[in-house]
Amino acid sequence: MVQRLDYLKESPSQTAGPYVHIGTNPNWVEITGVWKEDLGLVLVGPETQGERILIEGIVTDGAGAPVRDALIEIWQADAEGLHNSPAETRGRFDPNFVGWARQPVAEADGSFRFETVRPGQVPYPDGRMQAPHITVWIVARGINTGLHTRLYFADEAEANAKDPLLLRIPEPARRETLVARRSERDGMPVFTFDIRIQGANETVFLDM
Amino acid sequence: MSNSYFQRDRDWHPPALTPTYKTSVLRSPRHALLSLPTTLSEETGPVFGHDILGPLDNDLIRNFAKDGAEAIGQRIVVYGRVLDETNRPVPGALVEFWQANAGGRYRHKKESYLAALDPNFGGCGRAITDAEGRYEFRTVKPGAYPWPNGVNDWRPAHIHFSVFGNAFAQRLITQMYFEGDPMIWQCPIVMTIPDRAAVERLVAGLDRNATIPMDSLAYKFDIVLRGRRSTLFENRPEGN
Ligand SMILES: [Fe+2]
Repeated sequence: MVQRLDYLKESPSQTAGPYVHIGTNPNWVEITGVWKEDLGLVLVGPETQGERILIEGIVTDGAGAPVRDALIEIWQADAEGLHNSPAETRGRFDPNFVGWARQPVAEADGSFRFETVRPGQVPYPDGRMQAPHITVWIVARGINTGLHTRLYFADEAEANAKDPLLLRIPEPARRETLVARRSERDGMPVFTFDIRIQGANETVFLDM
Repeated sequence: MSNSYFQRDRDWHPPALTPTYKTSVLRSPRHALLSLPTTLSEETGPVFGHDILGPLDNDLIRNFAKDGAEAIGQRIVVYGRVLDETNRPVPGALVEFWQANAGGRYRHKKESYLAALDPNFGGCGRAITDAEGRYEFRTVKPGAYPWPNGVNDWRPAHIHFSVFGNAFAQRLITQMYFEGDPMIWQCPIVMTIPDRAAVERLVAGLDRNATIPMDSLAYKFDIVLRGRRSTLFENRPEGN
């Protein structure tokens, strides 16, 4: 008989349900006094290094309606491309930048908005550089397993053209769903990243 | 070192489109997911220190109660370990949990079930695993509740869990059910999971040895996150 492999199976995912905020953002749903402040509300402080940017967008379903109960998390490297994580071995990350945030979308229109810094570049496993990007994760009622995607920046065309992940998406229109449009407001770059869960211009979601 | 995370087994997890859970119909992507090995962006993740925790964060019986009161309901302890697929403990994992009260009612502005709110029950808590991956909390057993899907669908008693491991690749949200509950097998959300063996991984066992005599029952719920390769053999192009 062969030796048995000792692997376990990952716990299966279940939907976050309509009341995910009770667990993740209790103060936001008026469950106050359990803990002072919900986690992940603020990414940048006065000491954070790097170019300040805004990330904005809405989450819509297959009928084009806003997903009003969605919860969004983002995770990214600092301005130098280093992560605030014990698994980061390439250098010292910016101690004034956590790199993680989360937010319930606005109930009125499914919109979200993060103030952060433009991330630096992070290598792909084979050593090529990836274009600057932000990991985005969406859960909601009706989503059985959290949806994982990436935000890239429209004004990083040169780096985007060499990005190993974007190059794996053959159709230019599909690739575009991961590239946030740039505009400016009060001198600050604003990147618009609409997440379409299904239908026309459906966002590319990742299995990584 | 090549140490990417194992690919998620998408046949073990529920598929995105599960028409008997009606909300999934418009909230499921139609295109195939793009499968790629993890990179540093997924192999890193936020870390939360024990300093974020207050003394009652893992005590749902008392963390919302007023003036020394306690939540109403069957008192239970839920405990377990967070492990990865290679059977190693995941220390420092933030585990967040939320649930309905003993009558099946959530404290949420959009909740409309007629069961009464308990003024001393908020329904949220959190813990961070220790060096052996252990967590525990105290709460009341949540009630079952009806929900609009079919005309008479009920959720079995359950507790929602959100888990951060050591990497964003391990991020997971799931639900815990209770041993012996016949309603588990009638629930359209549970049944989004194709394999019965996978559902059973979400059913916490009643642990008579861990009960607190004259006080609380105990349920054991282990959570498994994705594991990762660890090999000394590199697979890189020349010159890297
Ligand atoms: Fe629930």
